[in-house]
Amino acid sequence: MKMELIVLAILVVFIGAFAYVSSTGNHEWSGSDDQAKDTIDKLTGGTYRPWAQSIWTPPSGEIESLLFALQAAFGSLIIGYFLGYYRAMAKMNVASSSKSKKET
Amino acid sequence: MPLYWCVFWYALALPVVAYGAYKMRKLMKANRDVLPLLAVSGAFIFVLSSLKMPSVTGSCSHPTGTGMGAILFGPWMTSVLSIIVLIYQAIFLAHGGLTTLGANTFSMGIAGPIVGYLVYKGSMKSGINMYIAVFLAALFADWATYIVTSIELALAFPAASGGVVASFEAFLAVFAITQVPLAIVEGAVTALMFKYIVQLRSDVLLKLNVASPSIIKKLKDMSV
Repeated sequence: MKMELIVLAILVVFIGAFAYVSSTGNHEWSGSDDQAKDTIDKLTGGTYRPWAQSIWTPPSGEIESLLFALQAAFGSLIIGYFLGYYRAMAKMNVASSSKSKKET
Repeated sequence: MPLYWCVFWYALALPVVAYGAYKMRKLMKANRDVLPLLAVSGAFIFVLSSLKMPSVTGSCSHPTGTGMGAILFGPWMTSVLSIIVLIYQAIFLAHGGLTTLGANTFSMGIAGPIVGYLVYKGSMKSGINMYIAVFLAALFADWATYIVTSIELALAFPAASGGVVASFEAFLAVFAITQVPLAIVEGAVTALMFKYIVQLRSDVLLKLNVASPSIIKKLKDMSV
């Protein structure tokens, strides 16, 4: 249990820092990759134009977050499935070994 | 990013991915039962790289999740897992893009995992607790990814005054600071994942040569 608590504490500090920063001053909370784009503009004096277009861009922010959510959901599903599978397997091994001990 | 840099990073990344795919096939043939853990490592990258989190700097970024794969399967195979995630994001989310796929694969799938792998092996040799070694490895894998991204961008867009170095500092200012808190969270979550792997499938850790039997035994006796 100890490690879960440590991770939880780190997350609480992280959320607390977010709450503190967002309550003080004005922040955009934009993506750091968009900020890098601004930096590119600054460095090249705005002369750089991306020369390749994405083949397909999500039609709206909602659809984009749907696809991100799908990605996360799919990943979590796999992780949860296998951890659960391993857990049950470990339990069964313990049960069957204690059983065979009793029999002998 | 100019075309010749796109080609350059592709040329650097693709052989690594190809070798990783070859190693993966060989491992799968020899050890069918590590397949679930490989899937979990890939899924872990999937989840973490989809989470855009706000950082203390007032901007958002996302972790990479490559530390786990790097420790379990090494940087070669992690590059294969990463390119799958990056292709998904490039095609469906217009996030990253296909022209820069080579550069992204290099920073997230190769440079980060190599650093994470070396940090893990180095700290295991120094004899510290395995979970702390995992934490450090994932942290530095995440951070190295963004430092290398800054280098890639700086090479492609050198500043008029100060050249590549000045550009590097400018990009680093954007990425590195945002990434520090995220890297710490990623390290902690990865360490937690390893706790479950040690509890449930420590035999696989032995098989993959991630930890020695004595270390596993110590971790199992310790209640964390």
